[in-house]
Amino acid sequence: MRPVVEIRNLTKSYRRGGEIVPVLQDLTFDIADGDFVALMGPSGSGKSTLLNLIAGIDKPDGGTLLVGGIDITVLSEAELADWRARNVGFIFQFYNLMPVLTAFENIELPLLLTGLSGSERKEHVEAALAMVGLTDRMEHYPSQLSGGQQQRVAIARAIITDPTILVADEPTGDLDRASAEDILALMDRLNTELEKTIIMVTHDPYAARRARAIRHLEKGVLTRGQEKT
Amino acid sequence: MGVREAAFMHGLKLILRNALRHKLRTALTVVGLLVAVLAYGLLQTVVDAWYAGAQAASNARLVTRNAISLVFSLPVSYEARIRGVDGVTRVARSSWFGGIYQEPKNFFPQFAISDNYLDLYPEFVLPESQRQAYLRDRKGCLVGRQLANQFGFKVGDVLPIRGTIYPGTWEFVIRGIFDGADSTKVTRLMLFHWDYLNESVKKTAARRAEQVGVYIVGISDPENAASISRAIDAVFKNSLAETLTETEQAFQLGFVAMSNEIIAAIRIVSYVVILIIMAVMANTMAMSARERTTEYATLKALGFGPGFITLLIFGESVAICVVGGGLGLLATPPAAAMFKTLTGGVFPIFEVSPLTLGLQAACAVTVGIMAAVVPAFRASSVRIVEGLRAIG
Repeated sequence: MRPVVEIRNLTKSYRRGGEIVPVLQDLTFDIADGDFVALMGPSGSGKSTLLNLIAGIDKPDGGTLLVGGIDITVLSEAELADWRARNVGFIFQFYNLMPVLTAFENIELPLLLTGLSGSERKEHVEAALAMVGLTDRMEHYPSQLSGGQQQRVAIARAIITDPTILVADEPTGDLDRASAEDILALMDRLNTELEKTIIMVTHDPYAARRARAIRHLEKGVLTRGQEKT
Repeated sequence: MGVREAAFMHGLKLILRNALRHKLRTALTVVGLLVAVLAYGLLQTVVDAWYAGAQAASNARLVTRNAISLVFSLPVSYEARIRGVDGVTRVARSSWFGGIYQEPKNFFPQFAISDNYLDLYPEFVLPESQRQAYLRDRKGCLVGRQLANQFGFKVGDVLPIRGTIYPGTWEFVIRGIFDGADSTKVTRLMLFHWDYLNESVKKTAARRAEQVGVYIVGISDPENAASISRAIDAVFKNSLAETLTETEQAFQLGFVAMSNEIIAAIRIVSYVVILIIMAVMANTMAMSARERTTEYATLKALGFGPGFITLLIFGESVAICVVGGGLGLLATPPAAAMFKTLTGGVFPIFEVSPLTLGLQAACAVTVGIMAAVVPAFRASSVRIVEGLRAIG
């Protein structure tokens, strides 16, 4: 089966002052469909940059990056926005919910770009809320929810459009151990029951152990082969 | 509902909720806009009031005055010669009296007029009985409704006026109160008999007798105003007192022109007020947009385009300005009425014109749009990865 993410000779560097700092160097690897990959490495190793590139919110300097068979490095900004809306679900460390929207409305946001009717959107949102166990909190605003509940809303938002991949940047970084465990269990369910491909950046070895595979990055290169957990 | 419609409706929800996110900040901005739009409207109305008399003046009447200056009068003998000019139907005398009623702050115009003066001013409506009473009484006078209302004058009241140009205390009996034919007519003035003035002056300063401040000239066809004016002035060419004849409107505008600098200053101040609130509004929007950088980046990550972000910021800015400006608009007419009362009738016509209301609305919307330009550009063009790193 063709991998869902195919990375070939990917390079990325940033300009800091007058200096060019390489972040990713000639990176090549694949992520299989339905996989749950944890990207680990020290700060500055390039794991978040790699995640951003896979999610289509940043552009590489060189190489190719195919997600679901599409080379996203050649897409324009507008094409990338459309592509992200259909193919990527985001889970952020700090949830990134709209504080003025209720849980229901936050989850509904990505569906506004799909052309579904109001009743269809409602049906989808209610299913997602049930999936993350927050049906009784749908009218709550983010400020009225705990960190774990907010992250569950963010996960519901991420899966609502049934995207090709889910990208999670330190999804448990702002949570206590119990809430983190809930979130990891939920992500595990998404992977095993819904067969979602998840790529997660984390510093936390405990969180990484929930993934099916771990990739280590250091100074922009993969330091070890894929580790199975 | 299509993608655009759904996003638009959701966008409106976000706009309204974002606008109410910092209630105190929004309330203060709305109050600022209210005050600015109100101040702009009042200042524009002051300018309008300045021109009100001139705009209400007629093009069908000419004013003949001394060509050197309005300060100098014309001989009464000119009246018959002006009447003899082709196209002239009537000639009336009018002399500025310049007296003080009780105290200088009670200023109002007083004119000594010939008995046919009112025939040239059909816009001054006076009951025939009062007109006859006035004509019968040498010391009688007429006051306009606006003046009567300001000081509570009634028919039969004695009106003592202290002369400045013509010394002494002059006593007049109010024999009639005239109304304006419509609300644009200024009736804050007093009229009395030129003959009474002339006879009195003959006794005290004979040299100044038999003089007229200006002649009001009725003409048969306003189209011929220019040629008749030239013809009148030609009659007195090379005389000791050459004349300058112009339409009443031009004559009045000449007065207004003396205050051009003041009017220009008022206009400038009115626009400065709008510029200040625009800067305040732009700062508010910039602050709001900066605080929400992460949210905008998140929306972009989810697939919303820069246009949606722009809509959110412009929508919020315009919504706040429409509310503030709308309240300012609503407050303007009552504030103008209060202003008119407080200024003691300095502006007999002080009405907010539809044009002023339109300009106020336009200013409010313009402020809303202009204030959002830079924040919207910045927010919509922010790179997602940088926006997600921003601390809100």
